[in-house]
Amino acid sequence: MIYREAGDFKTTYQADSQTFPLRLDRLGYYALLAVAFLVIPFVVSDYWATSVLVPFLIYAIAALGLNILVGYGGQVSLGTGGFMAVGAYATYKLTTAFPDVSILVHVIVSGLITALVGMLFGLPSLRIKGFYLAVATLAAQFFLIWLFNKVPWFYNYSASGQITMPERTVLGQIVTGPATPAWVKYIVCLTFAVSLAWLARNLTRGTVGRKWMAIRDMDIAAEIIGVNPLQAKISAFAVSSFFVGIAGSLFFAVYLGAAEVGESFGINKSFLVLFMVIIGGLGSIFGSFAGAAFLVLLPVFLKNVLVGGFGWPTDLAAHIELMIVGALIVFFLIVEPHGLAQLWRLTKEKLRLWPFPH
Amino acid sequence: MNEHMTTADFEPYTTADGRRIGGVMMDLRNITLRFGGVTAIKDISFDIREGEIRAIIGPNGAGKSSMLNVISGFYVPQEGEVWFRGKRRPALRPYQVARLGIARTFQNIALFDGMTVLDNIMTGRLTMMKSGLVSQALWWGPAQREEIEHREKVERIIDFLEIQNLRKTPVGRLPYGLKKRVELARALAAEPSLLLLDEPMAGMNVEEKEDMSRFILDVNDEFGTTIALIEHDMGVVMDLSDRVVVMDYGRKIGDGTPSEVRNNQAVIDAYLGVAHD
Amino acid sequence: MEQLLYASEIVVNGLMTGVMYALVALGFVLIYKASGVFNYAQGVMALFAAMTLVGIQQGQVPFAHLINALTGTHVSHFGWNVPAVLAIALTAVVMVLLAIAIQKLVLQHLVGQEPIILFMATIGLAYFLEGLGDVMWGADVKTLDVGLPQGISDAAEALTARLTGYGFFIDRLDIWAAVIATALVAALVAFSQYTKQGRAMRAVADDHQAALSVGISLRFIWIMVWSIAGFVALVAGIMWGTKSGVQFSLSLIALKALPVLMLGGFTSIPGAIVGGLIIGVGEKLFEYFVGPMIGGATETWFAYVLALGFLVFRPQGLFGERIIERV
Repeated sequence: MIYREAGDFKTTYQADSQTFPLRLDRLGYYALLAVAFLVIPFVVSDYWATSVLVPFLIYAIAALGLNILVGYGGQVSLGTGGFMAVGAYATYKLTTAFPDVSILVHVIVSGLITALVGMLFGLPSLRIKGFYLAVATLAAQFFLIWLFNKVPWFYNYSASGQITMPERTVLGQIVTGPATPAWVKYIVCLTFAVSLAWLARNLTRGTVGRKWMAIRDMDIAAEIIGVNPLQAKISAFAVSSFFVGIAGSLFFAVYLGAAEVGESFGINKSFLVLFMVIIGGLGSIFGSFAGAAFLVLLPVFLKNVLVGGFGWPTDLAAHIELMIVGALIVFFLIVEPHGLAQLWRLTKEKLRLWPFPH
Repeated sequence: MNEHMTTADFEPYTTADGRRIGGVMMDLRNITLRFGGVTAIKDISFDIREGEIRAIIGPNGAGKSSMLNVISGFYVPQEGEVWFRGKRRPALRPYQVARLGIARTFQNIALFDGMTVLDNIMTGRLTMMKSGLVSQALWWGPAQREEIEHREKVERIIDFLEIQNLRKTPVGRLPYGLKKRVELARALAAEPSLLLLDEPMAGMNVEEKEDMSRFILDVNDEFGTTIALIEHDMGVVMDLSDRVVVMDYGRKIGDGTPSEVRNNQAVIDAYLGVAHD
Repeated sequence: MEQLLYASEIVVNGLMTGVMYALVALGFVLIYKASGVFNYAQGVMALFAAMTLVGIQQGQVPFAHLINALTGTHVSHFGWNVPAVLAIALTAVVMVLLAIAIQKLVLQHLVGQEPIILFMATIGLAYFLEGLGDVMWGADVKTLDVGLPQGISDAAEALTARLTGYGFFIDRLDIWAAVIATALVAALVAFSQYTKQGRAMRAVADDHQAALSVGISLRFIWIMVWSIAGFVALVAGIMWGTKSGVQFSLSLIALKALPVLMLGGFTSIPGAIVGGLIIGVGEKLFEYFVGPMIGGATETWFAYVLALGFLVFRPQGLFGERIIERV
């Protein structure tokens, strides 16, 4: 009875198709945004901002991107790490070549460049499906990592082979480089995450989203009712890669500050983001955030309990973490293939009736 | 010009129940379709006229569904020509055929199970929705207006097929009969000039069949939609259709009005299982 | 002439590597055919098998790390060494137990799910097994030695020197690997063609429902197939482990089996072998001729890009059957 929809009538189709049809949801959402923008920056500790919130927001963007491809478009990709690397290296090359252009522009352009690369590697999806495609995207992953490793132009011929983010400012405030305050990193990532989530929501509720989902659910029928498979699949790859590219760009420029491609964007990153999508919920925007939060918090939690609490060695805790993550993936696929997002929906259904059983 | 198309065929006429039948809309000429060594359709010709209900019947494996797949562009025949509205149709991809105004339903329901009823029906209008990726992403005025405009059209079809209460239900949860109805709604949403129905009443009970027959007749009557359908229930076929094509083993063995076909010896043999000599 | 001979030496060595790839790919094909599961964890299974083998052989206490952390003790080894043959047999038993556990805990609950869900479940399984291997036996790089001969084969060098005037360098281990792999494939083919269980396995591969309806126990077949795949993983683990040490990268080498399968088709045993050989030879030749021009280390991606390019033109692979799409 706490959570209810009775009495919430819609009189226009516009009102009926809004993101949060229920007033209660809408208010909750605005309250959350207000806290995230107006309260957290002033109270958060540096540790929480840089080690938890910033990676959470960046991974949420990457998970959103991958979710568009896998959850809405039905095309599996194991190349997320490679595409994040494209975003990171694009930002590095752009900002060192054009230091006077705003870093925000560079981040967005990096996303666009990644979108182009994503479209290129998405072309085979027209001929091959399912896990054949998944394996094919491994080609993107391994090739891109190799490329950034072996072609010195990409890392400006630096001796270490690393890329390091120079200091950049937005409106006079330092936003990248070692001198950046933690709360600024947080605000930059939050702004991107919220705007991109809004874009993703718009895309998935309209024509484009329906095309993607039609292809996902039954590609042959989709084509017969008039969906151009080329256009639908390639646009899914492009939009997905745009998001992933921005995530990679922020991951390098704001979070890491310096990166070595194999270490920061290797195949494990691809799996990590895929796991976020599965645990959070395929085909759910909320799920992308939930999955990212879960897998960013889990190691922090385990480390605090196992290492901090029980005094276990760090490597043992890391191995246990692998087991737990693996087991959780299997568990979620068996029990709730729609992930945390579905659990949240079910909880809301329960709350609607609470305290009555029916 | 094929011999089966006499000039008399072209003249528009009005049926007993007052529906107007026009000239030839789709003309299939000497279609042959093979899969490897198997010939699914062998040298079949027939036409479909504006505004009529055209049935394709025949025993299992006669090649009826393959024929429908040729019309909707899913299979490209090895031989023969497809003429549509007086022009020869080149080999098109299925989505291009859809854009010509040809919509269909499927024998084994092909709905998008992960989407709601409303979204499924909205997919029927995809060919008409024009707003681009960027405008969608920003949910600008035009994108929003377009969405609502098409939503209104879809709501009319939802009313017409009496599924108002199911709008937000995921299609995967619906029972069989309703799924068939949603599939029809999706095809109608495309406002097709030619509607192809592949066994629209398969697996339905008498009551559901009656409902579906009524919808088919209403669609034809109210929207003037030309309909080609495959159906096994002879009673339904004879009641609904203006003309019937009979297929057996990939060949055409009969073509004409229901009463002509009923008295055709080859058709009777095929249905009663007289041995082919 | 010298150049040509050197190239053919590369081809021969590529073939040997290809045999190893084929060996891992074989495990994928077996499981895929019988259960429709595309088992991403096959590579990690090979790693796990190799780790277990080393652990048993050297008398390591399983979970020593964890036990020490929980109880404050300092156990590590039992203090005995197990003979190689016995250790291999015990490891095979462990792999069967693993197969039973996977069937009971994972597959049984995912019957009827879409292939892609099953695939992702095996990725989870791979992570779990990797963690389990590390917790059981420790994550350090281990040397594996079950008495297989290693080093350059003098006989092969002498023979080729006499025939062509140029002595080929071929590792004796590679020759053994080729022999063992061939024997393994022959045994598997014989098993699936001539035994009752083999026939049941093929029936299940063809159609789960139909196999069930004639009284074949799916559970038994799946456990059997995963056990066989576990055994194949063990053999692959022994070969790779002997060659380059037992460490995490072993499971990445096993990933190469994926492009091998894309070339050969997921359902064909000959395809797995031919695909393995093509990739083994192809990547060695590419690295030799093109690698130096573009920076080297092309082996990391060549196989995938080759498979990708190939698939675009022939989606069903070399030996796969063309599927007629229906609606």
